[in-house]
Amino acid sequence: MPAKMQLTKGNEALAMGAIAGGCDCFFGYPITPQNEVPEVLSYEMPKRGRVFVQAESEVASINMVYGAAAAGKRAMTSSSSPGVSLMMEGLSYIACAELPCLIVNVMRGGPGLGSITPSQGDYFQACKGGGHGDYHSVVLAPWNVQEMYEFPALAFELADRYRCPAMLLADGVLGAMMEPAEISDDAPPPNVPEKPWATNGRNGRAHKNVVNSLVIDPYGLRDHNLKLQAKYKAMECETRWDTRDVDDAEILVVAYGISARLALSGCKLARKKGIKAGLLRPITLFPFPSKQIAECARNKKRILVVELSAGQMVEDVRLAVNGDVPVDFYGEMGGVIPSPAEVCEKIVEAAQ
Amino acid sequence: MLEETILAGFGGQGVLMMGKLLAQAAMEEGTSATWLPSYGPEMRGGTANCIVVLSDDEIGSPVSEQYDTVVAMNQPSLEKFESKVRPGGTLLINKSIVPIKTSRNDVDAYYIEANDIAENECGTNRSANVVMLGALQCIRQKLKPESIEKAIAYAFEAKGQKVIDANLKAFAAGMNAIDAKATAAP
Amino acid sequence: MTTAMNSQDGMKKQNGGSVAAEDLVDLKCVFERPQSLSDKPFHYCPGCSHGTYHRLIAEMIDEFGFMDRTVGICPVGCAVFAYEYFETDMIEASHGRAPAVATGVKRALPDRFVFTYQGDGDLASIGMGEIIHAAARGERITVFFVNNGIFGMTGGQMAPTSLIGQKTTTSVDGRDARATGHPIRVCELLSNLEGVAYMARVALTSPKNINTCRKYMRKAIRAQTEDVGLGLVEVLSPCPVQWGMSPGDALHHIEEDVVKEFPPGEFVDKLADPVKA
Repeated sequence: MPAKMQLTKGNEALAMGAIAGGCDCFFGYPITPQNEVPEVLSYEMPKRGRVFVQAESEVASINMVYGAAAAGKRAMTSSSSPGVSLMMEGLSYIACAELPCLIVNVMRGGPGLGSITPSQGDYFQACKGGGHGDYHSVVLAPWNVQEMYEFPALAFELADRYRCPAMLLADGVLGAMMEPAEISDDAPPPNVPEKPWATNGRNGRAHKNVVNSLVIDPYGLRDHNLKLQAKYKAMECETRWDTRDVDDAEILVVAYGISARLALSGCKLARKKGIKAGLLRPITLFPFPSKQIAECARNKKRILVVELSAGQMVEDVRLAVNGDVPVDFYGEMGGVIPSPAEVCEKIVEAAQ
Repeated sequence: MLEETILAGFGGQGVLMMGKLLAQAAMEEGTSATWLPSYGPEMRGGTANCIVVLSDDEIGSPVSEQYDTVVAMNQPSLEKFESKVRPGGTLLINKSIVPIKTSRNDVDAYYIEANDIAENECGTNRSANVVMLGALQCIRQKLKPESIEKAIAYAFEAKGQKVIDANLKAFAAGMNAIDAKATAAP
Repeated sequence: MTTAMNSQDGMKKQNGGSVAAEDLVDLKCVFERPQSLSDKPFHYCPGCSHGTYHRLIAEMIDEFGFMDRTVGICPVGCAVFAYEYFETDMIEASHGRAPAVATGVKRALPDRFVFTYQGDGDLASIGMGEIIHAAARGERITVFFVNNGIFGMTGGQMAPTSLIGQKTTTSVDGRDARATGHPIRVCELLSNLEGVAYMARVALTSPKNINTCRKYMRKAIRAQTEDVGLGLVEVLSPCPVQWGMSPGDALHHIEEDVVKEFPPGEFVDKLADPVKA
């Protein structure tokens, strides 16, 4: 059946997007608010001869992903904040071993067991490492159900291209909401690059392959780190962002994911009040659109960053503009979602 | 057009389905729509609600501070959400099981005997949600009735023509309920 | 074993090249390094039996003809460099997670031979969750488990398998059951799980026992290749350095004391027919 518009739940779109993106193996452990992802995949994956395993924990999940990715397959897991915290050790290993894979975080309120309501408190964890050591994942932030469907494929593609983990950073609203989205349940298989490094049995290969994150020699590990850092630098060309009404704006609102949706409504309300506000939405949180923000901010009066956190991405925005434009912050925590009217109020304050 | 609606009631009253039907109908017309359910502890407490936003334009926030319409299928929903209706907005109340009136006098309130109408027209009060949707359609008219009828046919396809017909009947009865006797004044 | 080499080269060296090549034609090669074992010298301490177990695994891979389709998973612990010693594809797992990694590989590539190599800290302490669930799921993997009752790599700390009264760097007066509990018997614990197809324990202390170990390993591999379930062989292994014993005393200690806590034998055997060994 060709792709058609379907009223689809974000988490279900994500699951179907994973299938369209050529996910061979899914490993996961139940946690709210992302349960539709494994529920859909538990049915849809075996039907297609693909692998679904409900693991005993998030720790096991990420290590199963490690194994399947090492075997050369497109492997993923999906979880929510506390579960993703449990995966951080594994993610660090995956980054060091240069394995492509996809980790989905449908964020909920933290810290701790927190709440099951939407939040964006895991930006630092997703973008600044999260696990130990100097590493990064590609981080994609969808803002609607359509992107929940499309980004798994993009994430796998980038992960394969750079041999790194990719993270899809969504939240409880994006996971639970329904929107019309163009979904296909038999998308043509994507082009997956050859993986000559995979530990999939030698099968005539002249040498053995080893997947490893242990580099015991300090100089060797330094060199490996330099290689990783060069890779992260090279990823800058993959930076993605989106704007609404920024050209004539005096206030630039910067927000990602669900916050960008709230901010878009806030900007529209502000314009009704005569304040020219525009939105810049980072789509890749790593690599971060620093240059694009700096450029866009050049003729702006102020920047307002909106997040469902105490202020995490705002630090990257401040670094991006490097003091050239004042940067304000508005955030809510704990699963509280500010209304567009409240965002508008902050825009009005910034404009004064 | 930007239409923001809360639909609320007991779990089992089909309030999430009401919202889906609205969003599905909007999609049929090429109108942007979002549907956001309440989830979490309150979902397990027996009440359910969802927020539907319809717009000709790209939809930003799927939630709002105030809403054009609140549909209250039971008393706790009325008590919880009546303050969310924006002044001049619409409040639809399921008179069959809500014995109280709204305390708001700056909104248009409609009292509809949704359960009774469903019972009389379809032989079961399970279609009370679709009766209410008919009433909503008649009052707000943001979408074409045919689109909602199409959405009903799509949503109940798996349950067979009988169920589709019963719901179409409930929808029509809901629309007629407003024409016939529902009044803005309690 | 680390000096095992191609027999003909060895003969030439031993004889200083004084024997004419045609005289060697009829000599039979009786011992050589398995093809699946690399020529990298082991880093293990004198008297340790990791090397022995490595060799046995390599022998098995050769015997089954699996070198071209094996993926091995190494632990964290003394055998952390095990990927250097095998000529098969290898993955280094994080501490204790080898059964989860193996699950990922095996589910992704069901026709490959997948084994994990794990110590007692790795399997019975930090990785207990992973091994239990891999066993419960009946993952078609083969687990080669080394139990030496101590954390060797990190300097001789108490392991969940340390004996009561055993002196370690974190139980200097001897392991006290009231404070630290009792040794975990992995085979006894896991043999209750339906997903286990074969499970056995053997003390790697003598040529006879090494032969028994081979027999057990064959079955643990067949548990996987015949699609029956998870196979596991636990070897009781000496750690003379961290035990503070001579290699000989360490072997005696296993045979006299350790086997009382960890009795050798077969615990589960669900293979269709008895092995011809």
